[in-house]
Amino acid sequence: MQLIRIVGVVFFLAFLTPFIDKRLGKISGYLYALLPALLFTLLLKQLPDIIDRHFIIQSIDWFPLLHVHLSFYLDGLSLLFALLITGMGTLVFIYSGYYMQHYPMRGRFYFYILLFMGAMLGLVLANNLITLFLFWEITSFSSFLLIGFNHERPEARAAALQALLITGFGGLAMLAGFVLLGNVAGSYELTDLLQDGAVVKGSKMYMPLVLLILAGAFTKSAQFPFHFWLPGAMEAPTPVSAYLHSATMVKAGIYLLARLQPILGGTDLWQFSLGLAGAMTMLVGAYFAFTQFDLKKILAYTTISALGMLVLLVGIGTELAITAMVIFLIVHSLYKGALFMIAGAIDKTVGTRDIRHLGGMWPVMPVAAVATFLTLFSMAGLPPFLGFIGKEVIYDAKVQAPEIAVYLAILAVAANIFMVAVAFLFGHGVFFGKKKDPPKIPREPAIPLLIGPVVLSVTSLFMGIYPAILTQPLVLPAIDAVNASPVKLHIQLWHGLNLVFLLSVITVTLGLTLFFFRKPATKALRKFNQRYFKIEFADLFRKLVESFLSFTKRHTEVVQHGYHRFYLMLIFIVSSLLVWYQIYHTRGWGFEANWEEVPFYLIGISLLIITAALGAVFTRSRLVAIILLGVIGYAMAFIFILYGAVDVAITLILVETLVLVLFVMVVYHLPSYMPKYSRPTSRIRDGIIALVFGGFMTALVLKAEFIKISPPISDYFLKEAFTKGHGRNIVNVILVDFRGLDTMGETVVLMIAAIGVFSLLKLKPKKKKEE
Amino acid sequence: MEIILAIVIGVLYAAGVYLLLRRSIVKLILGLIFFSHATNLLVFLAGSLSKVSPPFVQEGQKVAQASVADPLPQALVLTSLVIGFGITAFALVLIYRFYQSSGTVDFDQLKED
Repeated sequence: MQLIRIVGVVFFLAFLTPFIDKRLGKISGYLYALLPALLFTLLLKQLPDIIDRHFIIQSIDWFPLLHVHLSFYLDGLSLLFALLITGMGTLVFIYSGYYMQHYPMRGRFYFYILLFMGAMLGLVLANNLITLFLFWEITSFSSFLLIGFNHERPEARAAALQALLITGFGGLAMLAGFVLLGNVAGSYELTDLLQDGAVVKGSKMYMPLVLLILAGAFTKSAQFPFHFWLPGAMEAPTPVSAYLHSATMVKAGIYLLARLQPILGGTDLWQFSLGLAGAMTMLVGAYFAFTQFDLKKILAYTTISALGMLVLLVGIGTELAITAMVIFLIVHSLYKGALFMIAGAIDKTVGTRDIRHLGGMWPVMPVAAVATFLTLFSMAGLPPFLGFIGKEVIYDAKVQAPEIAVYLAILAVAANIFMVAVAFLFGHGVFFGKKKDPPKIPREPAIPLLIGPVVLSVTSLFMGIYPAILTQPLVLPAIDAVNASPVKLHIQLWHGLNLVFLLSVITVTLGLTLFFFRKPATKALRKFNQRYFKIEFADLFRKLVESFLSFTKRHTEVVQHGYHRFYLMLIFIVSSLLVWYQIYHTRGWGFEANWEEVPFYLIGISLLIITAALGAVFTRSRLVAIILLGVIGYAMAFIFILYGAVDVAITLILVETLVLVLFVMVVYHLPSYMPKYSRPTSRIRDGIIALVFGGFMTALVLKAEFIKISPPISDYFLKEAFTKGHGRNIVNVILVDFRGLDTMGETVVLMIAAIGVFSLLKLKPKKKKEE
Repeated sequence: MEIILAIVIGVLYAAGVYLLLRRSIVKLILGLIFFSHATNLLVFLAGSLSKVSPPFVQEGQKVAQASVADPLPQALVLTSLVIGFGITAFALVLIYRFYQSSGTVDFDQLKED
């Protein structure tokens, strides 16, 4: 199987969307679902090979000198992610087929989301770090486009920009980290790097490169303190939230951490950073989820919490923790994707997703209610769902974690208590309790909107009931890949009555208690939040961006002031100083002037030019300036004749006459005198600059006279002009023959100038509207 | 021999720089013309000035005599003259239109609009 084709075909379809959407219209979404479904089955077929450790490595040279290749790698971990991406993708496309059918820019939506899917597949399949980075950036970019999809809304635009800035910043830091890593290990290929873990950990650059890479992973996976872009990203249409911002893209950071765990992991720095960020994120997310009103915001914060949990588990890094991480990854994708789809379905059918306007809807939408509750049980970690196994393994991992087991267990239990409470809050708030009056009359959501949640919740159920058959084959190769060694593990639903089970019971009990006291609890917490968490991260970030922008604006106004003469002045001053320095440095000050050989007529002509130039500078009459300019031109023609340049002299006289005529013609329309705009001081300043500049040009001519680097090419022209060019006027032969192309370019320039002159004269300016 | 021409070049450049730094758009163009004059002379001086007969191949001969002037700077200056003319012409018409539409020949007033 060619892995590059799997990625390529998605991009290919993405670029076909404009045509497909035009032809097929509303049903196009369902058809797009066929592609991820096909890819899902193709990938699933690889599973037996991967279990037997027949990994696929494919590489195409891209920039071989820079060690950048389009190389791809399929092992347990990438296969698991690829299956998640294509599997969820299938359901999301079916869902979007209905959800997006009346959106005005539907085609664009499918383009963006297919672009994302291709990039995400590329990201998890890439074997080369630079290639991985490229796909990583495309996911950030397509996420930006999707969050801002409803671009008429200022909130959506702001949220999109915020997400892009944060993930983009992280991505760049990550690239720097990758380059360091590549330099240390001598290769960007993951398969090579996996062998070089010890070298990397021993190098001096280990700490900077880890911190840089973590910046990328943490921003992408919404870790504290970068978590705030994710709730903002809920501005995106719900299929996007279900796909990008719960199941796939935000897990890219987790993927990266898990992928690099064998290379970078196991050190104090790694465990401490991941543990701290993960634990903070887990608690912050769970806590804030409890006090939200918007269904999607609730889910966003629980997603943040789950992502924190995953990072924490990677940080612990024991075999058990990795097992827990992989299982929880699947658990979370299944239930969170389903819940987002349900939130969107409710929003679509009822017209609101504010939990305060929802309630008592289970009799009118029984299917949605059942699917929701199956999913929520998995989220709350109740048996017999996969979520239960996930939570059990997590507790197990934490209880058995080295040294800090107690604290971790307490943290995990605390976060999970909130999770349980939130799960019940969500389900109860929507389907039970008093009936409210939402904008639209509640009814069962359309079938395409329910396919996703039903499939996902049933999957979750069966994976919980038959862990050995369904879960183990999927999970083991992935754990294998992260541990970089084969594991023997038996996943089962029932572990018996032990400490871990006790913790589960405590969690559920306390969670339910919190749920029963939800009214006073949420009220108190909201009050608490209002008092102590007044400043939101998103606001802080916005202020930071704004102050940065105003700083750069002030800064730019200093450098880019818009006065042409100060730009020119800077150029003149800098070039004068540099050239003066260079003249002094290489040649010294002295030079020999031989005045005796200068013929008297040349002195006369030169004095004429100098006088005319000074006159033209200081006169206030335009006409005088123009006449003096003419004098200079004709005098120069005389110099040219003196030194045998007949053609030049003729041309110069012609040109000079034409310029004079033109100038007089133009000046006729302008005021007849030249006002003095500048102050005396600035005129003295400019005079000094002019003299310094002119002086170095003179010095340059005098010094350059003695430089002979190589024999002049003129000798060739002198010799060959007649024999090869068949002309007696050597200058002419050079122009039309030896350097004929130059002359053609010159004529083109003249033509363009002529067209410009003609159009400027011919086209009348638009009359200003009367005010 | 070149010392006097070197001074001429210096003066032309100085005049050009001074005029380019003025606020009036007419002076800007005068400065531009000065600059191109100075540069033409500079390029011309790059060849040797010791031989002064025009670069022709005499009738009946196949190779130019040794006393003819260097043809290459001449060819370069010719090209530059013509292009300089094109630029000047365009700039002149431009200031004409500029004055017509803005009513001023002062750059700074234009900026404040």
